[in-house]
Amino acid sequence: MNAKTWDKIATVVLYIISMLIVVLLVGFIGYIIYNGRDSLNLHFLTGDSLVDQAGGGIGPQLFNSFYMLFISLIITVPIGIGAGIYLSQYGKQGKILDFIRLCIETMASLPSIVVGLFGLLVFVNMTHWQYTILAGSLAIAVINLPSMARVSENAITAASSKVKEASLGLGSTEWQTIKKVILPSAMPQILTGIILAAGRVFGEAAALLYTSGMSTPALNYNNISLTNKMSPFSLFRPAETLAVHIWKLNSEGMVPDASKIATGSSAVLVIMVLLFNFLARFIGNKLYKAYSGK
Amino acid sequence: MEKRSFWRKFRTEYIGKGYATFCGLLLVALTLAIIFFVASKGIRTFTHDHYSIVDFLFSSKWQPDATKPLLGTAFFIVGSVIVSLGAVIISAPISIGLAIFMNLISPKLGRKVLQPALELFVGIPSVVYGWVGVIVLVPFIKRCFGGMGFSLMAGMIVLSIMILPTIASLASDAIKTIPHDYIEASYGLGATRWQTIYKVVVPACKNGILTGIVLGLARAMGEALAVQMVIGNSFKFVAGLTKPTITLTSILTMSMANTADGTPANDALWSLALLLLLISFMFIIIIRLIGRRGER
Repeated sequence: MNAKTWDKIATVVLYIISMLIVVLLVGFIGYIIYNGRDSLNLHFLTGDSLVDQAGGGIGPQLFNSFYMLFISLIITVPIGIGAGIYLSQYGKQGKILDFIRLCIETMASLPSIVVGLFGLLVFVNMTHWQYTILAGSLAIAVINLPSMARVSENAITAASSKVKEASLGLGSTEWQTIKKVILPSAMPQILTGIILAAGRVFGEAAALLYTSGMSTPALNYNNISLTNKMSPFSLFRPAETLAVHIWKLNSEGMVPDASKIATGSSAVLVIMVLLFNFLARFIGNKLYKAYSGK
Repeated sequence: MEKRSFWRKFRTEYIGKGYATFCGLLLVALTLAIIFFVASKGIRTFTHDHYSIVDFLFSSKWQPDATKPLLGTAFFIVGSVIVSLGAVIISAPISIGLAIFMNLISPKLGRKVLQPALELFVGIPSVVYGWVGVIVLVPFIKRCFGGMGFSLMAGMIVLSIMILPTIASLASDAIKTIPHDYIEASYGLGATRWQTIYKVVVPACKNGILTGIVLGLARAMGEALAVQMVIGNSFKFVAGLTKPTITLTSILTMSMANTADGTPANDALWSLALLLLLISFMFIIIIRLIGRRGER
């Protein structure tokens, strides 16, 4: 066979591989949502989960997932952006910066179960908090920080290249330049990064098994205290997230309709991931247009 | 020009610089703390329980609750290595094919369809992969090959899908960095597109592709729940593709809550966590070495 035939064969094979991957993804997402469609109603999404009879919902788990995501973002975003600023603007090329980068790389490649065990040791046992939302949020923050720092660094470096000299030339200090000129124009990219990261940690489970625990106490939604164990907003109560719920249903599900709940919960998680992805794209585009004056 | 007072400079510069520096150093402190705490628990098996490292790594007698505990973890380690290697062997050719397709064959489809598809693959939570594995893949394997269905093969397939975006996006980045002149020159010499791909493009970005493969392997090694859900978790050596086995991460997720703090069984689990940490270090070092080779 000559080279041209080989070329055609290779092209066809690569087309087939690519199409198969797309079909796999569409099939995967379609399968979950189609099979979980019965569960996508208000009763399932807001109802309490039942221990020994069918028909329970995932209300508390869904709430926990969102709340923990929110708390962990409060921790991650300022520190991540701060570290990004340091890496991009203040850090001097050399041994120290190299070491910081090595540390970030190390953190980014830690298996999430190891982060969870670190959380168990430090945020659960050493603090004597037991399994808490705060411990879970801190563990998620540890997972999220390296990517947050990297996204911010890239965004800030890209945004500073053209405007920095101009701003410094007008007499502002480096920090004023960063705060008033660079950060606003780096914001769309950072925000996109935050939303994508949020989508990723929304489904995190391995790091939470031993930090925020696998159960949720009975909640009183009229209580808004940050420390009372009955309060849904308490930072110091155990909280099972949706992803952990799926894992638990699979490993020790005693509810008769465990399989149905797990499929429904998977559908909800996948829909959330889709939403986070679309939101990130949408906001990224919108802000990009706003800032680039189109 | 009037000199700025210290206080003014403090407000306009030092406070921000201090904050940014603090955040940078916090990441370092956090990394060191993770290593320190996990290591300090992980070495107890050897320092406190006086268990030998050789037995720990190479023996397969796992009876942590016996009066004289046996803490051989070889089959966890072998299970993790085999399932991850299998996943990479399935995933790497497909991912590299995807990366080539996205950049050289149809950049438009690549940008509009495959790039978003890969992003979604990354976003899907690992428990969802695990759960779909349990309700679709496991019954399928059971029907085709007999046995339980929960098997090494199921673990490999689930993992291979999970690491696909990692390898594909790194390979794609590597292909993007190839100077366009190379490709044009190859076409100019009369090479077909496929000849250009495997004689010019792939050799030129082999370091990037290798980095992707190593990162994929690292991700596969550290993945916990999806594998644990489908691999069957039998305390045995790998016996075949359709037989169940167990991995490092599975035993950690399953047993950590069932062992009391300070017992040999618990210490052994922490040693496994330390081992996972060391494995992920090893991968970082390998990636750095590949990168350095690329610079020369």
